[in-house]
Amino acid sequence: MAVYKRTYKGYAGALTAAWSRFLILPRYSYARLFQSKFLIMFLMACFFYPLGCAGFIYLSHNLSFLKTFNIQAGRLLDIDARFFVAFCTVQGALAYLLTALVGPSLVSPDLANNALPLYFCRPFSRAEYVAGKMSVLLFLLSLITWIPGLILFVIQASLAGWEWTTANLWIAGSIFVGLAVWIMVLSLIALAMSAWVKWKIAAGALIMGVFFAGAGFGAAINAVMRTKSGTLIDLTQVIATVWSKLFRFDPTTGISVTDAWISLGVTCAICLWLLARRVRAFEVVK
Amino acid sequence: MQPLIELAGLGVRFGARDILKDLRVSLSGRTIGLLGPNGAGKSTLIQALLGFCPLSAGTASIFGHDIRREQRRIRTLVGYMPENDSFIANMTAVSFIRMMAELSGLPSEAALERAHEVLFYVGLGEARYRTLGTYSLGMKQLAKLAQAIAHGPRLLILDEPTNGLDPPARLRMIRLIREMKDSGEMHLVLCSHLLRDVEETCEEVLILKQGRIVHYSNLEEERRANRRFVELETYGNDSGFAEALTTLGCECAVAGAGRLKMVLPVGFELREIYRLAAERDLQLRRMNYRRDTLEDIFLKAMEV
Repeated sequence: MAVYKRTYKGYAGALTAAWSRFLILPRYSYARLFQSKFLIMFLMACFFYPLGCAGFIYLSHNLSFLKTFNIQAGRLLDIDARFFVAFCTVQGALAYLLTALVGPSLVSPDLANNALPLYFCRPFSRAEYVAGKMSVLLFLLSLITWIPGLILFVIQASLAGWEWTTANLWIAGSIFVGLAVWIMVLSLIALAMSAWVKWKIAAGALIMGVFFAGAGFGAAINAVMRTKSGTLIDLTQVIATVWSKLFRFDPTTGISVTDAWISLGVTCAICLWLLARRVRAFEVVK
Repeated sequence: MQPLIELAGLGVRFGARDILKDLRVSLSGRTIGLLGPNGAGKSTLIQALLGFCPLSAGTASIFGHDIRREQRRIRTLVGYMPENDSFIANMTAVSFIRMMAELSGLPSEAALERAHEVLFYVGLGEARYRTLGTYSLGMKQLAKLAQAIAHGPRLLILDEPTNGLDPPARLRMIRLIREMKDSGEMHLVLCSHLLRDVEETCEEVLILKQGRIVHYSNLEEERRANRRFVELETYGNDSGFAEALTTLGCECAVAGAGRLKMVLPVGFELREIYRLAAERDLQLRRMNYRRDTLEDIFLKAMEV
């Protein structure tokens, strides 16, 4: 370091666009997250199922392969809405596990180290902070959910032809909307839990607990009250109901699609409220 | 001259409790000290200026920008060093400072360069690749200072910068503050319990008590004014000495045997005192300007 630079000097250079600054947080978060070999291995494992699906789609359209093993084309699983629902279910579950791994390290370290005043004393708002932290999860979860889902759809469309594509184009929309809603809910829950518990391990347990506790309490309410309303707090059942509607099946969860959407909306609203309460530059101690 | 900070009836309320009440003052010094006992509202005032807490009444402006309407603009101009530990434990100092500089709007490469520069400037150059969690308290304070100046703010707000520092570290921090003040590139607001720190670095002092301003003084002007107050200690027969000084225009008060306090008139030459004493064969044992220390000012303000 040059000696002349060891005296204080102001900064008079150019500044970046204000809208782009929330993207700084994911960059630093990824740098920290990808120091974990376990996380990298888990992320790689999340691509096994989509790769298997891609292979299956390819083979189901490969006549020479079918002839070699003397398989009739109709006896293989059809590539239709059910195929993609199965994909959503598997990748949705992996997205949940990835959220539990990544989510706790987002907000809780900043709270534990009292770093929030340092963010908010800059031209950087609370909304940008939440957007930045959320984009860490949204990008990672997108990478293992709707992006491979749409890639599979494109592979199938390219192999099955124009007729199949026009008849099933709605599936692409359903894949995107269904998984985007799911990862949005997961991200918000992860951020809210991470913001309320300063200890990372506890935050991770809490993220898992939200789903298990919801399922458990929901089942208990259903059993005691002899109703189906308890299912509304079981988020896995709620999202299954939403996916059923999006993929044009009859829901088997016993709750209406409208109720399921309302339940997801309320969950998101609660998470945003929790974030608004916790993500502040200072705390008022009563 | 545009005031640096102008408080216009500023009030902050938490629940039913008024933390700051009707603060009105205009501050334009290069370094401003914020003093007051615990719970006086010093930190709340800083937080209000940074837009961290909602105002219940009035408003304030920094460099002419209203804190209610132009928060983002103000935050671009301000650097803040909080009182408590604030960092991200598992980040190296250089990446932490770089991230903070980027959040302030610096491009990535410029932020990295600034991070290295400010870490060298505060004296953490050799430790810049260590994670902040491994830093000692003094080093953490310096890292907090580094993040506050990384983006080259025009106003630096320091909340208890010498808290918990040992004497050499405190001296180093005071030296840095003075250097930044003398660089002429930034204004400073220093909030501290340590009157000595404020006295050594600040030109203006604002004293708060129970959420109100109880005293505002320009230390530079006070220091100049204090040069007119003189205390004398004499030995020998001092009869008629006070009267003789009075005839020369001094206002004298006898403060005990052989002790005099006086206010000198403008343009008065001190050698006149020596001359009068010599004429009366009076020994001058001690003569000093009676200077109001910041402690005197503070204690007087607390009596209000």
